[in-house]
Amino acid sequence: MEGRAAITVRDLTMAYGDFVLQRDLNFSIRTGDIFVIMGGSGCGKSTLLRHLIGLNEPFEGEILYGEESFTRAAPARRMEMLRRIGVLYQSGALWSSMTLAENVALPLGEFTDLGADEIREVAALKLALVGLAGFEDYYPPDISGGMQKRAGLARAMALDPDILFFDEPSAGLDPISARLLDDLIIELRDSLGATIVIVTHELASIFAIGTNSVFLDSESRTMIDMGVPTELRDHSEHERVRRFLRRGEL
Amino acid sequence: MRLSGSWSLAGGIPSTGELERELAGTVVSRIAFDTGGLGEWDTSILAFLTSASRLARERHVTIDPAGLPQGLRRLLALAEAVPEKDGARSTVSDDPFIDRIGELVIETHQLFRSDLHFLGQLALTLGRFLRGRARFRGSDLALLVQQSGFEALPIVTLVTFLLGLILAFVGAIQLQTFGATIYVADLVGVAMVRDMGALITGIIMAGRSGAAFAAQLGSMKVTQEIDALETMSISSMEFLVLPRVVALCLMMPLLTLYGDAMGILGGAFVGVTMLDLSPVEYLLQTADAVGFSHVVGGVFKGSVYGVLVATAGCLRGVQSGKSSSSVGDAATSAVVTGIVAIIVACGVFAFVFYALGL
Repeated sequence: MEGRAAITVRDLTMAYGDFVLQRDLNFSIRTGDIFVIMGGSGCGKSTLLRHLIGLNEPFEGEILYGEESFTRAAPARRMEMLRRIGVLYQSGALWSSMTLAENVALPLGEFTDLGADEIREVAALKLALVGLAGFEDYYPPDISGGMQKRAGLARAMALDPDILFFDEPSAGLDPISARLLDDLIIELRDSLGATIVIVTHELASIFAIGTNSVFLDSESRTMIDMGVPTELRDHSEHERVRRFLRRGEL
Repeated sequence: MRLSGSWSLAGGIPSTGELERELAGTVVSRIAFDTGGLGEWDTSILAFLTSASRLARERHVTIDPAGLPQGLRRLLALAEAVPEKDGARSTVSDDPFIDRIGELVIETHQLFRSDLHFLGQLALTLGRFLRGRARFRGSDLALLVQQSGFEALPIVTLVTFLLGLILAFVGAIQLQTFGATIYVADLVGVAMVRDMGALITGIIMAGRSGAAFAAQLGSMKVTQEIDALETMSISSMEFLVLPRVVALCLMMPLLTLYGDAMGILGGAFVGVTMLDLSPVEYLLQTADAVGFSHVVGGVFKGSVYGVLVATAGCLRGVQSGKSSSSVGDAATSAVVTGIVAIIVACGVFAFVFYALGL
């Protein structure tokens, strides 16, 4: 699945005020990849994700979608670019005042010309894809955490995005649900041809689904290695990377 | 060093002063422990040992933990395994006074800028709304109208009725001395309709809806629901803030009128039961005293208070941090900001209406 770059990060420095979290990040995510952003707690993984989807602004450097700069795009153009992505947030972030079907339907209603009946149909279909058929009229607080995540995924997929972002997808899930979510992610990549970007430190998922990865190091405050996760585990020249990928054992 | 007896946090942590004196007095290269007489122990002995070992390190004295019980040895090693991270310790409280003033000024300045930014965005959004181009769900607006309008009726009824009653009592005491109790109707009517009805309803709304708006938006920030809107290129300003401002702007005039009526009823209750006025007489006197311009002025003030309360609530909600305690702070701040804004506006109105002779 070697493809052209879906996202390129160029000389990115992330900072909160004066505090530099990560500097000099340079990497690209190819189309069709399941790209893992990994690193220890507090190294800035989630913040990097927030930069990629435009919720935080780079301190320096830029982010390109395809060939086009996302960082420098005008607000209106940026909104258009954002329509090609879907995000699954750590907590699901479903709109709690709406039913699951309404959650999925909202982007459809905003950005397509579908009629109300068609929207309902598509929303039900997306929920069925994540295994939530029949739960259309439930409110988010009434279902379990795992189901909320899957519903969040259905919403993220509503507009058939080219790139799907996952923030700690398996956090708070039992091992079986986490495994099912991993399978679902691979299935989506293969069937929809989407590019997947995942922030996680769940080793089982990293090895099971990651086709490429970048390792953010909190000590040197930059990326120290990138590549296929299993190869990094066995052959990374950085002890910290190998240690991370082997649960601390060398 | 001999450690003996039983150590417990309840009994306090002994000071290392004695050890310090001992170390200062003689040349010691190594400290070993004799714990033969040691009874029960807990964190207190660990705290004592860590400060003792810090002291020893400063004086280049080796600590030999071999004599300690095994559990204690492991805990001590654990406590010293990860060295303190440079810069991890907060130093804010040590800043000089002047620094803290400077920081406060910068913070205030930033907050002010973010207030202005919000107001500017709100103005643009209202402009889009008036041109019919704002995107939000009608059902959200309907629900907000119900929550902030209809569901506020009981509390508005209670408070404005009692306020009318209080005004009537205050007036009656003064007017009875002149035998002019009928003018209680004028006093209550004009006061309620011109100012008090709108003011008190506004304050109720600040406590009810303003706080609710801030808490709703703040917790939506905590759960990343606002992020989810933004990354779907749906403006949270249009989708969340606008319906709230519009709902209060629609409901406040109606609630104000309703509150005016309840206040007059409260006054009439006192007039009829305590001052021997007939209901018809009281209401006719009220109708005579209260002019149409009073009603319009009061309703206008009420609408403005509504916009202020909704804006303050949404502003503080949007500015909320991402923890549950900051949602509480946002709600508190929303009520304070709302009430202050109402009172200031009320003062301005009093001056302007007086100057215009209304």
